[in-house]
Amino acid sequence: MEKELKYIDVVEQPISMHPKKFALWLFMVTVVMIFAALTSAYIVRQAEGNWLEYDLPEIFWVTSGIVLLSSVFLHWAYISAKKDNLLQLRIGMTVAVLLGIAFLVGQWYSWVALVDRQVFFVGNPSGSFLYVFTGLHGLHLISGVIFLIIVLISSFRYKVHSQSMDTMEMATSYWHFLGGLWIYLFMFLLLNH
Amino acid sequence: MATASVATHDTAHDHHDHEHHDNFVTKYIFTTDHKMIGKQFLLTGIFWAIIGGLLSILFRLQLGFPEMNLEWLRPLLGGWITETGQLDQTFYLALVTMHGTIMVFFVLTAGLSGTFSNFLIPLQIGARDMASGFMNMLSYWFFFVSSVIMFISLFIKTGPAGGGWVVYPPLSALEQAIPGSGLGMTLWLIAMTFFIASSLLGGINYITTVINLRTKGMSFSRLPLTIWAFFLTAVIGLLSFPVLFAAALLLVFDRSFGTSFYLSDIYIGGEALPNTGGSPVLYQHLFWFLGHPEVYIVLLPALGITSEVIATNSRKPIFGYKAMIISMLGITILSFIVWAHHMFVSGMNPFLGSIFMFLTLIIAIPSAVKVFNYLTTLWRGNLIFTPAMLFSIGLVSFFISGGLTGIFLGNSAIDIQLHDTYFVVAHFHLVMGSASFFGMVAGIYHWFPKMFGRMMDARLGYVHFWLTFVGVYMVFFPMHYIGIAGFPRRYYSWTGFEFSNMYTDLNMFVSVAAIITFAAQFIFLFNFFYSMYRGRKATQNPWRSNTLEWTTPIHPGHGNWPGEIPTVYRWPYDYSKPGAKEDFIPQTVPLSATPESNLPHEQELVKLELEIMKEESEALIANEAKES
Repeated sequence: MEKELKYIDVVEQPISMHPKKFALWLFMVTVVMIFAALTSAYIVRQAEGNWLEYDLPEIFWVTSGIVLLSSVFLHWAYISAKKDNLLQLRIGMTVAVLLGIAFLVGQWYSWVALVDRQVFFVGNPSGSFLYVFTGLHGLHLISGVIFLIIVLISSFRYKVHSQSMDTMEMATSYWHFLGGLWIYLFMFLLLNH
Repeated sequence: MATASVATHDTAHDHHDHEHHDNFVTKYIFTTDHKMIGKQFLLTGIFWAIIGGLLSILFRLQLGFPEMNLEWLRPLLGGWITETGQLDQTFYLALVTMHGTIMVFFVLTAGLSGTFSNFLIPLQIGARDMASGFMNMLSYWFFFVSSVIMFISLFIKTGPAGGGWVVYPPLSALEQAIPGSGLGMTLWLIAMTFFIASSLLGGINYITTVINLRTKGMSFSRLPLTIWAFFLTAVIGLLSFPVLFAAALLLVFDRSFGTSFYLSDIYIGGEALPNTGGSPVLYQHLFWFLGHPEVYIVLLPALGITSEVIATNSRKPIFGYKAMIISMLGITILSFIVWAHHMFVSGMNPFLGSIFMFLTLIIAIPSAVKVFNYLTTLWRGNLIFTPAMLFSIGLVSFFISGGLTGIFLGNSAIDIQLHDTYFVVAHFHLVMGSASFFGMVAGIYHWFPKMFGRMMDARLGYVHFWLTFVGVYMVFFPMHYIGIAGFPRRYYSWTGFEFSNMYTDLNMFVSVAAIITFAAQFIFLFNFFYSMYRGRKATQNPWRSNTLEWTTPIHPGHGNWPGEIPTVYRWPYDYSKPGAKEDFIPQTVPLSATPESNLPHEQELVKLELEIMKEESEALIANEAKES
């Protein structure tokens, strides 16, 4: 068994990915770990009692829809880029960026809604956690928007097409990841509330 | 087809690498060469080790000689020496805090992992450089910024952070608590943020490089154990440092923005603080989720280096190569599910304590496997006692003696007596501190010729080893007794308590031993810097070792190999193979070149190997023809 393995190794190259893409995946792992830590801290803290109950801002449903929609548009742009349809690529990317910004604005209004409900950053940890989740996710999303804008600009310079998809692929995976992360956080909050 | 494309890629790379020249700044400062970055980490780590050691000597003076007049230290410490010539009590807390922080993070994480992962990964897997040289450079400079901030915090008026290296809230969260919780703590948190960023950048790079950039034939089952260790260390860091970041982030909010994640119902000077609803145990959970894996971040690279050094200098294949890998994997996984054994007395549910006790004791198994394998590798080997070899054997010794006490501490019932006593101090200084330090020093002695093209002086190395080895036991062994007697760590003074005031002599002994051990390190420093310029010139493969780094030129340039990257045909531990002419066969020697020593199953591989080599050379010729 082992003999065979060894000799296959000589023939084939070791498994390898584009190093930068791989590094991006590892970066996403670290982001997962940060939020895993924070959400488990939330559960541990909640179990101890003295927990302020309040309703989640309804706007989260809207922002969740927006972030999903932006992922759909980005994916459409990604597929278009693969088919060298540059016009659709630019439209899709632009819409995705705009929706991303709309998401951030929506998250800001969720904070406004929280303040209206007398839930502040300073106070019972149940409220503080929500600000930390949304704030930290928002920060990552800002980095995602910047990344998308960089790819958008290079798409206008004809640098994104079926033969040069690396950055586009990376931007797409990162953006889907951030969208998925938000959906996870929202579901988590809905279930553990 | 695949092989052909690879061959093109390699030749193209070569031309590129050899036609670029560095000026001083790009060569020594903002360099992207992994070897230089490794050396930068090493020098910064050595700088921090001196500072960290010096701090420990300062508080050992207080513990060993409580009556001593320390007026002579005033030029160094200024206001931290009181009117009566004693060490300031809050500064004592700052000293132990900074000693811990510096040694754990700056010396044994950045100095050890940063140095050897950077230096050895590309050299031993056969890569031109790290996956991203720029990220690698960034990793060092984040560490540098972190170092500068932490260093500045030593000199501010309120003193550096003083809440212990674990910075538990509420002590660390309330500026009013102690002077060290003020600006010093803020700087600590900022420095650690940069440190985490540096570790993550480095770790992402190490993992990417090991997975994607191995040379032809370098399968995972042919990786030197050093690389396995660095790889798993990076994985641990990648998964645990973000959690520390989360913990620190919430702490920053508590400190500076008034949130109550960790704070609840606290009265200061009779007045209630507004914070309610926080939980300090929450911080401990988050912290130790990093804190425990951190122990293995510190230890695993040292164990990897030891495997390599012991196999080379025993002239024997490492015993149980696969068992070594499996036990390292086991340690990696277990390291994430034992964190609460640091919290047995924190008020955590005792049932949970039993579970964590069980999981903790399981770690004894992979650790024992590793020790067994080291000993069986040494057993009846043709031992060559180079300084690196001695330090590696020293590591094994500490790993045994310090590991045994871990079994006591892992028991939640015994821990009630021993928790936060000098028993713990003795335990982790042996098994984690000294063992990792010895691994690091062994690595420096062993790879110095590759780093600087010269040899370190072996005689000075022996003196350094024996003084340090005996010294470490003299320092830490007595601490077990003080700990069993129940004396808590981080206490400024012994003499005030009935049960501990008879240990004055023992403490004096420990302090004297510590001073001698610290002084012995200057022999090493002299040796290190003297040999860098004046040492005997090294040969290409001074230890007659098998791994790839010894196939590079004595002074490898950026890109490591002047020609093509060598292909690997065998595992790295073919030492004293029966029938072979020499007692070592480098990884680059094809099986077809050593028919006299091949085992029957290897002989079968030879035919295939030859076929592939023929195909490759044809592809190469075709490529060259195309280019010209």
